[in-house]
Amino acid sequence: METKYINKSGIEQWFNAIVSSGKRVFAPVNSRGQVDFKPVKKLSEVADEYIQTTQSIKASVYPKAEVLFSYEKVNGKVNLTDFDPESVAETVLWKVHPCDAAGFKPLSAIFNWDTADKLHNAHLVKTSVISFSCAAADESCFCTSVNGSPGNTAGSDIQLTMLPDGGAIAEILTFKGETLVALMPNVFEADKGEKKEKYLVDLPTRFNLEEVNAKLNKAFNSTVWKEQSERCLGCGACAFVCPTCACFDIQEDAHGSKGRRIRCWDACGFAMFTLHTSGHNPREHQSQRWRQRILHKFSYMPERLSVVGCTGCGRCSRACPVDMNILEHITSIAKQ
Amino acid sequence: MSEQNTYLPYLMTIEKVIKEAPGVKTYRLKFQDEAEAEAFEFKAGQFGEYSAFDEGESTFCIASSPTRKGYIECTFRDTGRVTSGLASLEEGSTMGFRGPYGNVFPMEEWKGKNLLFIAGGIALPPMRCVIWNALDLRENFKDITIVYGAKTVNDLVYKSELKEWSDRPDVKMVTTVDPGGENADWKGEIGFVPTIVDKVAPSAENTIAIVCGPPIMIKFTFPVLEKLGFKDDQIYTTLENRMKCGVGKCGRCNVGKLYICKDGPVFSKEELNLIPAEEY
Repeated sequence: METKYINKSGIEQWFNAIVSSGKRVFAPVNSRGQVDFKPVKKLSEVADEYIQTTQSIKASVYPKAEVLFSYEKVNGKVNLTDFDPESVAETVLWKVHPCDAAGFKPLSAIFNWDTADKLHNAHLVKTSVISFSCAAADESCFCTSVNGSPGNTAGSDIQLTMLPDGGAIAEILTFKGETLVALMPNVFEADKGEKKEKYLVDLPTRFNLEEVNAKLNKAFNSTVWKEQSERCLGCGACAFVCPTCACFDIQEDAHGSKGRRIRCWDACGFAMFTLHTSGHNPREHQSQRWRQRILHKFSYMPERLSVVGCTGCGRCSRACPVDMNILEHITSIAKQ
Repeated sequence: MSEQNTYLPYLMTIEKVIKEAPGVKTYRLKFQDEAEAEAFEFKAGQFGEYSAFDEGESTFCIASSPTRKGYIECTFRDTGRVTSGLASLEEGSTMGFRGPYGNVFPMEEWKGKNLLFIAGGIALPPMRCVIWNALDLRENFKDITIVYGAKTVNDLVYKSELKEWSDRPDVKMVTTVDPGGENADWKGEIGFVPTIVDKVAPSAENTIAIVCGPPIMIKFTFPVLEKLGFKDDQIYTTLENRMKCGVGKCGRCNVGKLYICKDGPVFSKEELNLIPAEEY
């Protein structure tokens, strides 16, 4: 790990060098009031003055719908065409928040549990992450309660901490990060000795993760699930904006002699998610599905995969149409 | 070496179609690729994802025994989009298969024991794999008892094998149909599976009970076994939940913290006691 300083114009020159290298660059873009990651060519396109993108950066390594393989039926035989890792473009993610970068670890833990996931890994290998530490937060943010922080570098290849002069402290964290620096090394100056902590938002811890975990281990039959999910619509918005939700469906898209098998985002909050063909549904009620969501993230994943399925980004609370607030709900479980 | 795509299926040829019962068929499948056929191994209890190109994938156990080499068999009921797509295929058609997935029945540990199989309806296929495995290695086991029931005589699957088993002197075969499901020629028992198990009253001494059936059958069979003296570590079952991936990622089949696709599908009753019954 190496720390450097990069000034305002250096940032722009370096950004342009990354774009010119032919890599795809995704960054937050403000489009009619909604900020989301989009392909960009110029630094001026990148959004300022927002707390959080609506969608997480998850889709860059786990697309909403992705072809697992395609096939063609010829004279009664079937020819398969495998997913080609080479089809994935080199991608740089610019201005990712630490809570999004921290989401790569739980996502990969799910996809590579036991069997390696060729598709997810193909995206990961081709993706470089330039995160920006957080100078601001809102009432939905709680990264510090789930092993994160506004300056957490987990999952990042480079982290920039913006300084009042428009320059930045650049922490070069990985080999991929060094490769990006090498595109324009002369703009990276010697570290000026500024402490990045000075420029991070102060975000107090809202709950104790171990305490929550201990409570959840005994909470399967608690009435809390019904109480908390009474107003849940089962719309799945929370799962779709989450940087770590990985549940998927596999769908068939076939026309004539050709077809594709496609992996699509799904959500454990949907009533049909676990519905058997017989009509039997092991998670028939919304409260059971809400319980699954919380226990999966805060109990099953820590136990089975040694990682928490939440990075405290707060998107689920912001996206919920009926104001279900994960922070409030987890805090109330911790206090029980 | 490049990573394998878990979702890419083996291409299988349907070598034989057997009509088992209304809407229920058994397919015998052969690997189209010789090398894949050669390398393929599985054990009793494992399952796979079977696919109809056009319609998608569906999860069933491997219904044939690992002692029978060169093919696998699956038995399924035509109920949804995928199974009806599969059912419309004919001998010689190509379909897909991924697997084997999941854990296995600990048959090695059962050497020298009596085996009691209890199955209901379309749940005989997962057990048929174990039954044939045990019969093909008959000397490894003591008494083998099979109690199998279906709603009606017509709904019994593997009819010719049921006859074969009941004709064997080294198998005690009890077949039953639900009250009202019998016909004029029916010579078997009449009554629900748990009632018939109670009536047959197999000894729990040195016996492993393997139970598979609809949740309601399992619910009422466990207390009967308990009454007969079976301990929880003597009772095994295989569970099924909706699945997409089969390899612990899609998030559907978990029961509490356990995944049916990875930690199961085979569970002892001792293990079942630790997970919430409402989730399967």
